[in-house]
Amino acid sequence: MNEFGVQIIISLIMGLLARIYMIRIDQRQYPSYPQGLISHLTLGIIAASLGAVAIPALVQKEYSAVTFLALAAQQFRDVRSMERQSLDNIEPTELVPRGTAYIEDIAKAFEARNYMVIITSLVTGITFYSIKLMKFTIILQIFFAVLMGGSIAFLLKRLLRRQLIMEIAEVKSGHIHFDGPLLMVNDVVIMNIGLKASRKIYEENGLAVEIIPRDANARATLANVGQRQAIQHNTSIQLGIRKDVDEPDFTPIARRNPHNGNIVMAIIPMEPSIELLIEAVKRTPVLETAKRKPLESKAGSKENNQLKGEL
Amino acid sequence: MDFGITESIIAIITTDRSMISTTTVPIFYAKSEDEKEKLSLLVAKITKGMVHDLENGSYVIVRH
Repeated sequence: MNEFGVQIIISLIMGLLARIYMIRIDQRQYPSYPQGLISHLTLGIIAASLGAVAIPALVQKEYSAVTFLALAAQQFRDVRSMERQSLDNIEPTELVPRGTAYIEDIAKAFEARNYMVIITSLVTGITFYSIKLMKFTIILQIFFAVLMGGSIAFLLKRLLRRQLIMEIAEVKSGHIHFDGPLLMVNDVVIMNIGLKASRKIYEENGLAVEIIPRDANARATLANVGQRQAIQHNTSIQLGIRKDVDEPDFTPIARRNPHNGNIVMAIIPMEPSIELLIEAVKRTPVLETAKRKPLESKAGSKENNQLKGEL
Repeated sequence: MDFGITESIIAIITTDRSMISTTTVPIFYAKSEDEKEKLSLLVAKITKGMVHDLENGSYVIVRH
């Protein structure tokens, strides 16, 4: 084994561990199991090896080898478009679509995770090599490399963590009622339901929530249609939905109260539990593309914030 | 992709005999309220559309 053998292996392992640490398989089936998992782990290994060989290549004055990193960036942009494409393709088969904003968000997350793997293995390699230059023993080299790699992975994961709805808003149960054919939740019109049979189902089995933003930032974020679509999708997937393709009456729709920016949503879940519904809404991620921060601008001052629920 | 006519009225079901369609939207006349309900359900199932109530004795079916 040449002089960089241990370093490359340690960096590679750290990169791969970082990818495994970031991979999440949850009830939303992301990434899908088992094929999706394998393809993402494999891409993780590729990313890790690219990060791992960068330092040895530089040290051996193989500067052209660094262009590999450019290739890697290209490769991971492809990961994003691959993920986007596959989600776009299955979109028409979803009873409640994810929406393009959510898809874009998921695709970006996958790309970012691969960069995170490269950074982790690169940092591991750099630490290993610098400790080696200080002429410490191999055990110490490995120890510090693993320590640095681990903490970088941890830090990046904290950095990449997405906010949840419960951090920006309060979620309460709502009251479903009808005004003629108009389905309403807490006095906000959702839609016009003509069939009396459908209205009856809503009155008997329907559940509703009201999402109350905590400040002006949250209000602007929740106004985003993509964000609302993500909430609809997540709740219907997690609770199950009483709907088929020829029953558009039961599509969950999140509508905005134009006076105060609150969001209301009515849904007929398979699992008729309001606690679970609130939990599902609370745990929906805040989409990166939907995030707005009017309070940080000069125009969006304190007054904007104080308008909360008072218009 | 699902290609088809969306976001437009594809049928009108009414008990009001005086209603006349001047466009290509078909009108189904029902004799009673119950028949109107049933007719609109059937047409909505065929077209995968949604029934909306105009509260003047007419239902419209819209594909969203």
